[in-house]
Amino acid sequence: MAGKTLYDKLWDDHLVRANEDGSALLYIDRHLLHEVTSPQAFEGLRIAGRKPWRIDANLATPDHNVPTTERSGGVDRIVDPVSRIQVKTLDDNCDTFGITEFKMNDIRQGIVHVVGPEQGATLPGMTVVCGDSHTATHGAFAALAHGIGTSEVEHVLATQCLITKKMKNMLVRVDGQLGLGVTAKDVILHIIGVIGTAGGTGYAIEFGGEAIRSISIEGRMTICNMAIEAGARVGLVAVDEKTLEYVKDRPFSPKAQDWESAVTAWKALVSDDDAVFDEVVVIRAEDIQPQVTWGTSPEMVTSVVDCVPDPAEMDDPVKREGAERALHYMGLKPKQKITDIQLDRVFIGSCTNSRIEDLREAAAVVKGKKVASTIKQALVVPGSGLVKAQAEQEGLDKVFLDAGMEWREPGCSMCLAMNPDKLGVGEHCASTSNRNFEGRQGFGGRTHLVSPAMAAAAAIAGHFVDVRQVNNA
Amino acid sequence: MKQFTAHQGIVAPLDRANVDTDMIIPKQFLKSIKRSGFGPNLFDELRYLDEGQPDQDCSQRPLNPEFVLNKPRYQGCSILLARKNFGCGSSREHAPWALEDFGIRAIIAPSYADIFFNNSFKNGLLPIILDEKDVDQLFVEVEANEGYQLTIDLENQQVVKPDGSALGFEIDGFRKHCLLKGLDDIGLTLEHADAIREYEQKRKETAPWLFS
Repeated sequence: MAGKTLYDKLWDDHLVRANEDGSALLYIDRHLLHEVTSPQAFEGLRIAGRKPWRIDANLATPDHNVPTTERSGGVDRIVDPVSRIQVKTLDDNCDTFGITEFKMNDIRQGIVHVVGPEQGATLPGMTVVCGDSHTATHGAFAALAHGIGTSEVEHVLATQCLITKKMKNMLVRVDGQLGLGVTAKDVILHIIGVIGTAGGTGYAIEFGGEAIRSISIEGRMTICNMAIEAGARVGLVAVDEKTLEYVKDRPFSPKAQDWESAVTAWKALVSDDDAVFDEVVVIRAEDIQPQVTWGTSPEMVTSVVDCVPDPAEMDDPVKREGAERALHYMGLKPKQKITDIQLDRVFIGSCTNSRIEDLREAAAVVKGKKVASTIKQALVVPGSGLVKAQAEQEGLDKVFLDAGMEWREPGCSMCLAMNPDKLGVGEHCASTSNRNFEGRQGFGGRTHLVSPAMAAAAAIAGHFVDVRQVNNA
Repeated sequence: MKQFTAHQGIVAPLDRANVDTDMIIPKQFLKSIKRSGFGPNLFDELRYLDEGQPDQDCSQRPLNPEFVLNKPRYQGCSILLARKNFGCGSSREHAPWALEDFGIRAIIAPSYADIFFNNSFKNGLLPIILDEKDVDQLFVEVEANEGYQLTIDLENQQVVKPDGSALGFEIDGFRKHCLLKGLDDIGLTLEHADAIREYEQKRKETAPWLFS
């Protein structure tokens, strides 16, 4: 019998019941909640007279709606009344049901996918779900993690289980070593460019190979985070020493004897040598250059040294039409050089790139320089209150402020513009977030996805530049 | 959950691939704490010429005459014909809520994003997968014939065309059963409460750190 993949092992470990039709009841170890996708689930529980199955498996924090400007006035002072109600509703629901919540002005508050790992609430071998598609992030710890809808949020609250079906296995192996100035964000954007935005649909993707092993845990989170942008609900990376080192001594991590037993169990969280994947994609690390998206889907991506593609040269009519529509929306011309794209705003943040390493990477590029006069705004939004405190301790806030950037309170911010941070019509933004869909960062806004280093370099130049040349200069 | 057995309705063709959930229901409308009322903001940025705000009277807003759902011939449509990877992006269940609230009961496309696909079933909205060739042909027929209607027969897993010919589709048995009966997932799962407790007991022994 062939060996098991990491995904097979996680699945088997959490199987409560397999139904004859192929569906299954899967046990959920950790349920993360935020204010946008939970109110209707709590309401459903109330109407049905149900209670959460296991209170301690839940952890909540508001992130999508919270203002990132000064907010010491608390939730009552959130200006947008609809946002205020949503944040208050989360607070009320967590208080009523006794769920642990890091409220808006708790230093532990932040983007749910930054907070979970930071607290050790995400552990190897867990199943982790959240009403947010970027839950794939937690797969960086060899946890089976994926986004769910609100009906499923209610289902998990009520039963601690999910009715689901096993996915297929895909291995994306990145062989060799990454070039200098090429980051985890470039790796995942390149992968999405290769397999497409639906390439991973129906699969759990395990990211492996020498290049992935060499990437830090925070970088692996960036990679798994965007598995969903390749269509895969689940992204995974096997456990290694880096995983254990990251998890150790976090507030929710196992201690003493439990730690020893956990480590023994976690070391088995790798795919067996003879495991069979339904699909294997091999990518050479040396082919990956700093990436920039030019269109309105994450697969519309190219390297910074390239040009915007010409739809006329595309054979597939659906692809051609999509590209034409995207270029029209983005206000770009076929064959225009990527480095000629002028920018209006820069956003460094989001669950993809708002951890301490991301901020260090961006700060290293802007240190001692000034944001270009043509840039209307360059926002830096840390992923959590603890990331913010750490960055301030390292003096990164001063580096950004001295350069003319804004240093904000933690939250999702301009990634999806549910709070007041947004793009104006026609504005181009170099953004470290994960989606460049039409209107994602504001009505009529034009998003270009890049790494923190590339966003920082673009802020200084006013247009895209190859960060490798900035560093060498 | 709303029951789905059979449905006949006008088909509206949305001819673009990779329609994402931000497009289906833009983020400013996700601030509601209710499940209903999203219909007027379905495809808001494509449907209206101005920028939509929550709690706005949409009947006063300028419509985009080019957008398919605004065309007189598709008024009252309840079946959406779409291209591949429909519903990609965010996990927001507000997307199927908005479609359902607008009056869409079924979608026909060559493929869907996983989370959207899953969310649809929870709301009595049937996402049907047909071959790309069949979908292409449907686009041709819908555009050529004003008032074009399809009948969806879930029991027999068929999409029946006006000429009586039928296209079969596959559907997972459990989902079909739940849709036909309008069953609530949570109630079904709680029938297995003993199995869940038994699993927890075993897990507490093998991985106690997950319960501390």
